[in-house]
Amino acid sequence: MEPLIEIQGLKKSFNGTPVLSNVNLTVNKGENVVILGKSGEGKSVTIKCIAGLMLQDEGSLKVFGNEVKDIDRQGLKDLRRRLGFLFQNSALYDSMTVRENLAFPLKRVAGIKDKKEIERLSTEVLEAVGLQDAIDKMPSELSGGMRKRMGLARTLVVKPEIMLYDEPTTGLDTITSKEISNLILDMQRKYDTTSVIITHDIPCARITADRVLIMSNGEYIAEGTCDELENSQDAFIRSFFK
Amino acid sequence: MPGKSVLSPILINIADQTLFLKSFLRNTLKKGFEWEEFSHQSYVIGYRSVGIIALTGFILGFVLSLQSLPTMKQFGAVSFIPGMVSVSVIREIGPVIVALICAGKISSSIGAELGSMNVTEQIDAMEVSGANPMQYLVVTRILACIIMIPLLTIFADVIALFGGFTATLLDSPMSPFLYFYKATSILEFSDIVPAFIKTILFGFAIGFVGCFKGFNSNRGTESVGLAANSAVVTASVWIIVIDAIVVQITNMFVYS
Repeated sequence: MEPLIEIQGLKKSFNGTPVLSNVNLTVNKGENVVILGKSGEGKSVTIKCIAGLMLQDEGSLKVFGNEVKDIDRQGLKDLRRRLGFLFQNSALYDSMTVRENLAFPLKRVAGIKDKKEIERLSTEVLEAVGLQDAIDKMPSELSGGMRKRMGLARTLVVKPEIMLYDEPTTGLDTITSKEISNLILDMQRKYDTTSVIITHDIPCARITADRVLIMSNGEYIAEGTCDELENSQDAFIRSFFK
Repeated sequence: MPGKSVLSPILINIADQTLFLKSFLRNTLKKGFEWEEFSHQSYVIGYRSVGIIALTGFILGFVLSLQSLPTMKQFGAVSFIPGMVSVSVIREIGPVIVALICAGKISSSIGAELGSMNVTEQIDAMEVSGANPMQYLVVTRILACIIMIPLLTIFADVIALFGGFTATLLDSPMSPFLYFYKATSILEFSDIVPAFIKTILFGFAIGFVGCFKGFNSNRGTESVGLAANSAVVTASVWIIVIDAIVVQITNMFVYS
């Protein structure tokens, strides 16, 4: 198995307060890894470090075999060509239409200038997430579920090899959450991505996860499939699945 | 040490602003200038401010003439009003009033927009999408301000002269050609150039402060309002300080 993300002894603190105390994680190609944990445990910080949006204080973090903290700006741009990030609130650009939101990474990450090609790729990804009719809408006109789909489309449009999901189902009703979780799985199969998913949503974890990690006090305390962790001897670990 | 706690935030702020300025300069010179966003921002900052600037300019010239009319009449110096209005407006009142209005309208809007983008992780998303947020958001906005504020000031100055002419007409008829001849013939190089340079600096201050406050707002909805508010206050103070410095330098080099 080819490891795409390798983290060893990752430490990160904010204003002297440790958030990540000793994170060790390996994500192999094609895997869907779900990270569970209480709020404020540093789950989002971990994936922001993977994306190079934050730098760790100590430890090693390699993506595609490259130490992220040593990568220069151009290297980071190259890394981000191969890496997608779905933000908690989708982070759609408010001032741009759906079409412009999709064209933005296509022009900058994929370097595509041809308008017809941008249009073709945008339509293709919108069809994949079931939003083909929303191409000329503004983000403010989209519902919560549509925004998530759109966020996913914008990330997938450049066909990343690794997808990082930060709470992909937060703020959605049960049915829409399930739809988004299934969509994540479908997209992973269609685009052949490797995923790291941060979530509190156990149904989402059940649908998407090949492997689940539980984070507490800035480190991973348990690892396994949903079924294995649900039947754990540790009451704290079982409590996530109740 | 009691002095340390008072000075530290100020020094940290100065250091942050210096680093932001350095980053702005570096990214301005970098290749890959975002022309499309720059044109859009020039349109937003310039064209969309034309209405309020025209209204303010007109009232400015109108009131200035109206206020001075009774006194000038007493001294039989009504014919000096066009020159007085043009020198006052072009040298000082026009640039400062336009800059203060733009601080309220543009700096606050940039602060709120970037602050809100920061809160909703749009700036992070931009970074992940391969764009350089400094180049896309900051450089374009500051340069648009540097170019559009002087143009808005010139526009306001011209409209103010029309306002002054209208006020003069209320008292006694005067040919528009004579009015504008008297208004412009009195102007010298030292009236126009320092004022124009001043507007460029005002434009920079308005754009820079708005971008800095918005870009560095904390993660929270409250911080968006604070960023907008702080942008207006800080930009206004900068405008007054820049004005004082430029006037002093002009006096030293031109009138000494």
